[in-house]
Amino acid sequence: MVAPNYELIEQEGLETSLLEVSMGPHHPSTHGVFRMDVKLDGENVVDLKPVFGYLHRNHEKLAENMSYLANMPFTDRLDYFNSMTNNWAYALAAEQLVEIEVPERAEYLRVIMAELTRLVNHVSLVGFFVNDLGALGTPLLYAFREREKILDLFEQASGARMMCNYFRFGGLRCDVPEGWLAQAREVVDQFPRFLDEYEKLLCENEIILSRTQGIGKLSRELAVSAGITGPMLRASGVAYDLRKVDAYGIYDRFKFRVPYGEEGDCYDRFMVRMLEMRESLQILKQALDNIPEGEIMGKAPRVFKPKPAEVYGRIEGPKGELGFYLIADGTPKPYRYRVRPPSFINLTVLRDMCLGQKIADAVVILGSIDIVLGEVDR
Amino acid sequence: MSELSHEPLLKEFPDAHWDEAACAVIAPEGEARVMAEWLLEQGVDYCSNVTGVDYLESEVKEKITNDAGEEETVTRTEPGRIDVVYHLYSMKNQTGPLVIKQRTGRENSQAESLTPVWRSCELQEREVFDLFGVDFKGHPDQRRILMWDEFEEHPMRKDYTEPFDYEWEPTPHDEILEKHKKGKVIV
Repeated sequence: MVAPNYELIEQEGLETSLLEVSMGPHHPSTHGVFRMDVKLDGENVVDLKPVFGYLHRNHEKLAENMSYLANMPFTDRLDYFNSMTNNWAYALAAEQLVEIEVPERAEYLRVIMAELTRLVNHVSLVGFFVNDLGALGTPLLYAFREREKILDLFEQASGARMMCNYFRFGGLRCDVPEGWLAQAREVVDQFPRFLDEYEKLLCENEIILSRTQGIGKLSRELAVSAGITGPMLRASGVAYDLRKVDAYGIYDRFKFRVPYGEEGDCYDRFMVRMLEMRESLQILKQALDNIPEGEIMGKAPRVFKPKPAEVYGRIEGPKGELGFYLIADGTPKPYRYRVRPPSFINLTVLRDMCLGQKIADAVVILGSIDIVLGEVDR
Repeated sequence: MSELSHEPLLKEFPDAHWDEAACAVIAPEGEARVMAEWLLEQGVDYCSNVTGVDYLESEVKEKITNDAGEEETVTRTEPGRIDVVYHLYSMKNQTGPLVIKQRTGRENSQAESLTPVWRSCELQEREVFDLFGVDFKGHPDQRRILMWDEFEEHPMRKDYTEPFDYEWEPTPHDEILEKHKKGKVIV
């Protein structure tokens, strides 16, 4: 199948044909084991098919064979960059099954953890994105330097840097240690200085501008129809943020803005993430100012055995709408457990964005989608 | 977020019925596509989640009142089925969710593809085809997505048992190759 409106150049005495390239699964720009079957005319992409499933472990089947809580650590492994938000989405869905009130302090800590996670994700995404553009190493390592400080915070709170397993139905596993909040505030206060430097380094860089502006445009209509969510949707000009729309948790108490783009090209997707980090810092400051003392665990039943019901809980993860669909049948195991993975669904439009672009830009476009294969393949 | 009411949908499609326990509209057979198109016109522009649910054949105990006016418990067999579940939202009006389900049998499972209405179904319906074995009519590109192409069964079905030589790969020569060509499982 060749892209519509496409014609091969025909000239007498000159034979041309399309070149099929299988990019991946070990290509460094694919962020894991992901493959693109690309048809090329010279350097132009004529057709593209994403192929994945190399990391498929049937996460949903695994979850259906164990108790609700036992699955919590497995959600960490979905999007291994953002284990805290994965935990939250799952806890949010499960809390709808049985009515548990989450204590105030836990709600604040949840917001703090989620926004720190968003910083971790966006800062490293920008690093990897610039890495894909050919700025090997330096910006990425700047990003990782900052990420390290936040991972240290996670380690102190939960005991693990990446696989945090910190949330429980009705609250959190444990309170943060003494002095943690002061340290978190220090990180939050230091972060804008780094962002200033990072923005100065990247946002008006000649090479970045010419490599990303007008590349991989995604129209507003297609973005909505294809169920694109998160920064990628907002870059296309739809200010749809579940923190505002659903106001889950206690997000209605914080003042923050939702940045969105106009063009929907790679540069907008990059910029939306940069701006979102500033808003996350605003939320963090407000949360750290107002966090009360108190319990961190609500009155959750010892044995989690919900009545038959169907629920769908969703949050605004750093990559988009992360949803969990649970069907309870009165036993301690979920009858059906489904993850709505944002980066999997964001891949729907990869072909549409890449058609007609250069092969080197396909790499940039893929980088701007922000996929994590642990979540795509599940 | 405000609710997205199912009442207008039921009024427009009298054959559809509301499942109170699941909070979902069950689409009548063969009308799912028309229903989806109608919903899209009403501003339901975002299909968030598509998935399948497998129900095995089960025995249900029911209390009924018989002719003599006495209560008695009857056991009846509920046939197995597969539900394809769609979670719909409206980005324009910021409302939702509305859940619609397509029901199909466990043998020769077929459903209507809603990919022409909402593009977001494309990969997710492929996933349902792959893991549940539901054949989507009208899907533009229906292939396996997470499992490899040669895989034959559908692992998310409740009665699926995995083979114990799961990770075994044949060495492609001699008699092993012959047996492999015949599709025999070699232990």
